[in-house]
Amino acid sequence: MFDAFDPVLLARVQFGFTIAFHIIFPAFTIGLASYLAVLEGLWLATGRDVYMATFRYWVAVFAIVFGMGVVSGVVMSYQFGTNWSVFSDKAGPIVGPLMGYEVLTAFFLEAGFLGVMLFGLGRVGKRLHFFATVMVAIGTLISAFWILSVNSWMQTPAGYAINEAGQFVPADWFAAIFNPSFPYRLVHMVLAAYLTTSFVVGAVGALHLLRDRANPMARLMFSMALWMATIVAPLQLLAGDQHGLNTLEYQPAKVAAIEGHFEDEEPGGGMPLTLFGIPDMEAETTHYAIDVPRLGSLILTHSWDGTIPSLKSFPPEDRPNSLVVFWSFRIMVGLGLLMIAIGLWSLWRRFFGSIYESHWLQRAMLAMGPAGFIAVIAGWITTEVGRQPYTIYGLLRTSDSVSPVAIEAVGTSLTAFIIVYFLLFGAGTFYILRLMNRTPTGLEGPERGKPTRSAGTTPAPSVDDDTVATEH
Amino acid sequence: MDLALIWAFLIAFAVLAYVILDGFDLGLGILFPFLGSGEDRDVAMNSVAPVWDGNETWLVLGGGGLFAVFPLAYSIAMPALYAPIIAMLLGLIFRGVAFEFRFRTERGRFLWDISFFIGSLVAALSQGLALGTLVQGIKVEGRAYAGGWWDWLTPFSLLTAVALVVGYALLGSTWLVMKTEGELNRRAARYATYTGIGTLTLIGAVSLWMPFLDPQFYLRWFAFPQLLYVAPVPIAVALVAFVLFRQLKRHDSTYRPFFASLGLFVLCFIGLGINFYPNIIPPSVTIHEAAAPDDSLSFLLVGAVVLIPMVLAYTAYAYWVFRGKVRPGEGYHH
Repeated sequence: MFDAFDPVLLARVQFGFTIAFHIIFPAFTIGLASYLAVLEGLWLATGRDVYMATFRYWVAVFAIVFGMGVVSGVVMSYQFGTNWSVFSDKAGPIVGPLMGYEVLTAFFLEAGFLGVMLFGLGRVGKRLHFFATVMVAIGTLISAFWILSVNSWMQTPAGYAINEAGQFVPADWFAAIFNPSFPYRLVHMVLAAYLTTSFVVGAVGALHLLRDRANPMARLMFSMALWMATIVAPLQLLAGDQHGLNTLEYQPAKVAAIEGHFEDEEPGGGMPLTLFGIPDMEAETTHYAIDVPRLGSLILTHSWDGTIPSLKSFPPEDRPNSLVVFWSFRIMVGLGLLMIAIGLWSLWRRFFGSIYESHWLQRAMLAMGPAGFIAVIAGWITTEVGRQPYTIYGLLRTSDSVSPVAIEAVGTSLTAFIIVYFLLFGAGTFYILRLMNRTPTGLEGPERGKPTRSAGTTPAPSVDDDTVATEH
Repeated sequence: MDLALIWAFLIAFAVLAYVILDGFDLGLGILFPFLGSGEDRDVAMNSVAPVWDGNETWLVLGGGGLFAVFPLAYSIAMPALYAPIIAMLLGLIFRGVAFEFRFRTERGRFLWDISFFIGSLVAALSQGLALGTLVQGIKVEGRAYAGGWWDWLTPFSLLTAVALVVGYALLGSTWLVMKTEGELNRRAARYATYTGIGTLTLIGAVSLWMPFLDPQFYLRWFAFPQLLYVAPVPIAVALVAFVLFRQLKRHDSTYRPFFASLGLFVLCFIGLGINFYPNIIPPSVTIHEAAAPDDSLSFLLVGAVVLIPMVLAYTAYAYWVFRGKVRPGEGYHH
């Protein structure tokens, strides 16, 4: 049944599919945990109820997203072994301990304090509860630290030796952890998580402002989210630029593929920036290219006539797929530029009027609600497809990393993952959207310390419950 | 210092911690259809809601730890156990999402109850199948798994699968004895008696079968001088079983049946450890062969020595915060 497929490709699709789903959840929880910690801190500092009410509104969403992140994350920790066993054997001595530190320093911290954060406000008192929230937020950031160190090591390996069994073994832990691309990748990803969250929170604020511009919680969400977007989106542009220069140094083939850059330039003429086009790996050219002269040199080398190695300067079997990364990169950057535009627009509105009066700004923010997720997945596709054909860049090929598992097994498991993920995480997304559709009234949940779950569900009058049943 | 052996104990500890901690909340899932009314199910769910994902983190430590310190064992065992591992992961997803989803809908709640039950059952069965397959031994050539992708399905692995399901149900029902009151409490005590009898019968069956799988197992348990060292294990099982049933007969018992059930699991785990040693993947890959280089082992050990006690401390704190009986209608909210 699966004979027509390449087993390596099936294993890649399974890993890509499960991690693409997984990455959505941490991208949101990293930002949301920090936001919740800030809200609770402001509540403790000022005593204003609107902060606590907003905290409660979002903590219900956080619980669902975090739960989905946990279960999809457990899958990742076993999939290295089930589908990439040769990689696991060879890279385990370096990658494994870093992931072990992630479990010990981050996962337990998050899980240990999550129960108190979600259910413990009536049991432990305000300050201890705030402490738990902060621990969860710190846990998400520590987790990002380790897993991005692992990913970066696979992209820009350092601090290793190779033993007689062919394993990558540690030679210098500091160099391995703080490998060349790690600082850039970490900053880029954490900023992405913050941006993703601020656009979700801002979109929910916008939605409820459009319905009632006096709603104090909607105002708080909208304003805080826009400040975040205004500050972080331009920072992300700078971070992305630095990350790109780093990639050019260590993975020039990836950058060439991103730019659809097949041919070397004439010396002195500089390199154009191809805004749009259709890269063709077979024909080794980019069709219908719309070029801006010298802009490529300016962006990639920060000079007037600098050039980068072209794809043709790499052997065909070492080239990443340009068609995929060319477009995924442009989707990411395009959304990033829109985010910056929204930030500037909101500054202008704040200066000359009020962000709460501008329906068009609110509509734009609402439309941009999912932008962060799309940008994160597009960025992830860019960096992961762009480092092919290697799992450990330049050292271990993807085709040499895969498990000796029968193709029927991989085909079956991939099919099962696709069905289960769409079904369950689809249902989860539906519940989250329904929670976000609740008008923030400050009455979410009960009085502090009293139970709500006895009441069962959160009413969502605008959504017919029948649609829940048909979802499955 | 024998770092590989220290790590073998630490990984074994993580797996044991997982089995007994997630064991009782998977057991609750397995018992879910028998809990009757929606309110009893709410109570059962709420009794583990604040701790379940901490429990599951031990599974990540077991898997991630194996990857880190015994990469060879990880890269042989995971392909060998491909089908049960994938089934377990999918089961854990169905089970895990139900904790939040079932409180988000009224009409769809029965679906998440089914999801919680099926997910828990599949996860437990898969873990049992994986255990049975490992005990039977895994075919290895060079540094890779060399068997087929149905090797995990044998009469013995089916027996261990059933045994683990019943054992988890025992942990779940004694947990409910500890955490609930009234009719639900009495019902849980009844289930604990049934599953207790079932668990002991199945432990007996697995124990009698196991020595005949491998002559090495046989010698370890029945040859004379060794017999003296291993004899305390079955004797302790008998004692703990006695305590369990005596406590279940008393209507005021609270935490003792649960801890007696934990005791059974610990003893079985020790018994399995005696069978496995010095292998990590029976019958041919030893702990030392599979170990990562000492630089990897010591690097992570430094962290583990400091962090595992901290993890245990705040985990214990979380259990302490949510101690005591859970009453109907007393959900936790967020």
